[in-house]
Amino acid sequence: MKRLILALILAAAPALAVNPDEVLDDPAMEARARAISAELRCVVCRGENIDESNAAIARDLRLLVRERLVAGDTNDEVIDFVVDRYGEYVLMKPTTGGANILLWGAGPALFLIAAAGAIIYLRGRSTAKAPGADGLSDAEQARLDELLNR
Amino acid sequence: MIAELGHLALVLAFGVAIVQTVVPLVGAQKGWSGWMAMAVPAASLQFLLIAASFAALTYSFVNSDFSVRLVALNSHSAKPMLYKISGVWGNHEGSMLLWVLIVALFGAMASWFGGGLPPKLKARALAVQASIGVAFLAFILLTSNPFLRLAQPPFDGQDLNPLLQDPGLAFHPPFLYLGYVGLSMAFSFAVAALIEGRVDAAWARWVRPWTLAAWIFLTIGIALGSWWAYYELGWGGFWFWDPVENASFMPWLFAAALLHSAIVVEKREALKSWTILLAILAFGFSLIGTFLVRSGVITSVHAFANDPERGVFILMILGVFTGGALTLFAVRASAMEAKGIFGMVSRESALVFNNILLAVSAIVVFIGTIWPLVAEMFFDRQLSVGAPFFEAAFTPFMVVLAIILPFGALMPWKRAKLGKLVRPLVPAMVLAVAVALLAWSIQTERTILGPVGFLLGVWLVGGAATDLWSRLGRGPVSGRFGRMLRLPRADWGRVTAHAGLGVIFMGISGLMAWQVEDIRVANSAEPFEVADLTLMIREIRQVEGPNYLSTTADIVVSKNGEEVALLQPEKRVYPVQAMPTTEAAIDNGFWRDIYVVIGDPQDSGGYAVRTFIKPFANWIWAGSLIMALGGLLSLSDRRYRVAAGAAKQKPVQGVPAE
Repeated sequence: MKRLILALILAAAPALAVNPDEVLDDPAMEARARAISAELRCVVCRGENIDESNAAIARDLRLLVRERLVAGDTNDEVIDFVVDRYGEYVLMKPTTGGANILLWGAGPALFLIAAAGAIIYLRGRSTAKAPGADGLSDAEQARLDELLNR
Repeated sequence: MIAELGHLALVLAFGVAIVQTVVPLVGAQKGWSGWMAMAVPAASLQFLLIAASFAALTYSFVNSDFSVRLVALNSHSAKPMLYKISGVWGNHEGSMLLWVLIVALFGAMASWFGGGLPPKLKARALAVQASIGVAFLAFILLTSNPFLRLAQPPFDGQDLNPLLQDPGLAFHPPFLYLGYVGLSMAFSFAVAALIEGRVDAAWARWVRPWTLAAWIFLTIGIALGSWWAYYELGWGGFWFWDPVENASFMPWLFAAALLHSAIVVEKREALKSWTILLAILAFGFSLIGTFLVRSGVITSVHAFANDPERGVFILMILGVFTGGALTLFAVRASAMEAKGIFGMVSRESALVFNNILLAVSAIVVFIGTIWPLVAEMFFDRQLSVGAPFFEAAFTPFMVVLAIILPFGALMPWKRAKLGKLVRPLVPAMVLAVAVALLAWSIQTERTILGPVGFLLGVWLVGGAATDLWSRLGRGPVSGRFGRMLRLPRADWGRVTAHAGLGVIFMGISGLMAWQVEDIRVANSAEPFEVADLTLMIREIRQVEGPNYLSTTADIVVSKNGEEVALLQPEKRVYPVQAMPTTEAAIDNGFWRDIYVVIGDPQDSGGYAVRTFIKPFANWIWAGSLIMALGGLLSLSDRRYRVAAGAAKQKPVQGVPAE
C-alpha cells in the first residue's frame, strides 16, 4: 500500500526541474535554452521561472523553448514567441515600455533627488554657524569684547 | 481547559496593554509621576500574560490536543517533538501570537533595563510600544484566535507542511520576528521623542542598541531562511526575490541605515529628523512586510494565509501607525535642531551617502515587490517582476556602497582630506585588483561577475583590516597589537561587520559565476564525471522515516580515485499531506559544496540525477554570521552598558568618543 502511494505521488510530481530527457545535445544551444528559461515565468507557479519549476506546464514551455532554438530562432525571437502566446506575465524581467518606466526609473530618479538633497544639506552644514561658542548674540559679543579689552 | 486559560490570558493582556497605552501617556502629559511609573509593572504583566498564553498554545501542540482547531490543522501525533513545537508558529494564528509575545518582550525589556531613561521618555516609549501590542492583540482576538475548539475533534491532525519540517525553518520565524518586532522599539522611541519634541545624543544612545539587536536578529533570520531554501528546495538557489523574502529584506536595509545614522546623532547631534524618519520607516516596512505576508495580497511560496479580511485589518494597523507617526513627524520634525558642523567630505557625509544608498535600494525592492499589483490596478497590465529585475535594479546600489564603504569607515568626523584617506587603503586596493585578475585568469567561463564580486569583496575585507590597523595608532608593530585588545568593542564590531559584508560579496558572486551543473540519467554502479569529480550510485533503497517514506540513494563521490564523500539524497513522501519533497545531499566544503539531488526512475532504467558544484556557497552564510557577530560586538560596547546603568551609578565621564 505504501509503495503504491509512493509510486502514485512520484508519478504525479517530477522532482527535478530540468529532466535529462529535455537536455539538448549541443551544449551551446542548451546553455542558451537555460538562459532563456531563467527569463520566463512558470504561469501556474508562485514566482518561479520555468527553469526551476517542477510543474508540467513549465516542462512544456522548456521543451517549446528548445524546439524554437533548434528551429533556428534567436533568443529574442524565442522570448517574443512565448510572450505572444502567454502575455507579458511570463516575463521575469518586465519590459521598460509604458508605465514600467516608473518601475525602472524610480531607483535612479530617487537616488539623484536624494543625492541632490544631501549635497544641499551638507553644504548647509559645512557653512552653518555652530550654536554655542561661535553663536554669540550682539550683546554677548559686546560683553566679551569688553572683558577682553579690559 | 489549558487552551481556555490561554485565551483568557490573551484577553487580560489586551486589557493590560490598553491601560499601559493610556495611563503613562496621560501621566507624561500632565507630569504625574505615579501614572508614568504605571508603565513599568504593566509592561511586565502584559509580557507574562502573553507568555502564559503562548505557553498554553505550546502545551496544546506538544500534547497533540486535536480538539484545538489550530493543532488539528497543523500538527500530527507522529511528528517529531521539535516540529510539534515549531508548529506553534508554523501557521498564521500561532505566528501572530509569537509576534505579540515579542512586542511585549521588547517592551518589558525596555522597562527592566530602562533605569537610566528620563521618566517621561520612558513612559511615552512604553505607552507607544503597548499601543502596538493593543493593535495586534485585537487583531488576534478578533480575526485569528488560535484557541478555537472543534466540536468534533479528529482522530489525528493534518500535519505541518513537510517543507516546513526542518531545523533551519524551525528557528527562522522566531529570529525574523525578533528582528521585525525589535524595530518596534526604535519606532516607539522615535514617536516618544516626537511627542516630547527633543532628540539628543542620549536618545540616540538609547535607540541604537535596540536597533542593533533587531538588525542582528534580522540578519540571522534572513540567513537561516536563505540557507533553508538552499538545501531544501532542491536546486540550491539561495535568494529568490520572492515577495516574502523582500518583506524581510526591506526592514533589514532600513535598520542598517538607521544603525548608521543613529551614530551621527549620538556623536555629532546631526541628522536628527532623518534618523527619526528612518526609525518610523524601518518599523513601517516591518508592518508592510507583515501585511504582504499575512494578507496574501501578493501570492508567493510562503503565503499560507490567504484571507482578505485579515489583510484589511493589518492594512488599518499599518495605516494608523505609520500614518500617525509620519503626521506627527511632519508637525514636529522642525523642532529638531541640528548642532554638528561638518565638511562636505567627512565621516558624517559618508554616512549620509550610506543612508541614501541603503534607503533608495530598499525602496527599489519595495517598488519591485508591489509593482505587479500597481500595474494590474492602475494600468491594467498583468506582469511579473522577478529576480532579473532586482539583479539589474538593486545590485548597482550595492556596488557603489561597497566601493565607498572603506573610504567612509576611515574618514574622521567633521572634516576629511581625500588624499590622506587613499594612501592607507592602497594595499587593500592592490590586493583586491590582484585577486580579481587572478580570478579572471583561472576561470574557464568568461564572466565579469566573479572577478568584480571578488574585487569588491576583497576590497571590503581589506578595507576593514586597514580600518582596524589605523585605529591602533602609530609606533612599533608590537605596540599596535597590544592596543588591539583595548580597542572599543564598537570599533571591533564595525570592522567585523564590514568584513562580513565583503565575505558575502565573494560568496554570492563566486556561487553565481562559477557554479557547475550536470543533469543526467545514472545507472547503479556506473560512474560519471562532473568537473574533476567522479560520482557513482552505489545503491538505491526505500527507507521509512518517523512520518514519511523515503527513496534514498547512496552516491559515492571520489576524486582521483579517492573517496571524498558519501552523499545520500532522498525523495520523501509525507503521506498525511500527500506531498513529495526532495532532500538534497550536500557535502559542505570551504571552497565548494557538492550538491546532489535524485529525481525519478527512468523508463530506460536508472535515475535522473542532478549534480551541482557550488563554489563559495558557505561564504554567504558565514559572511552573514560574521556580520551578525559584528553587530553583537558593537552591542556589547561599554558605552551602552554605561548608559544602561547610569541611574544607579554616578554619571560616568570619559567614554571614548570613537
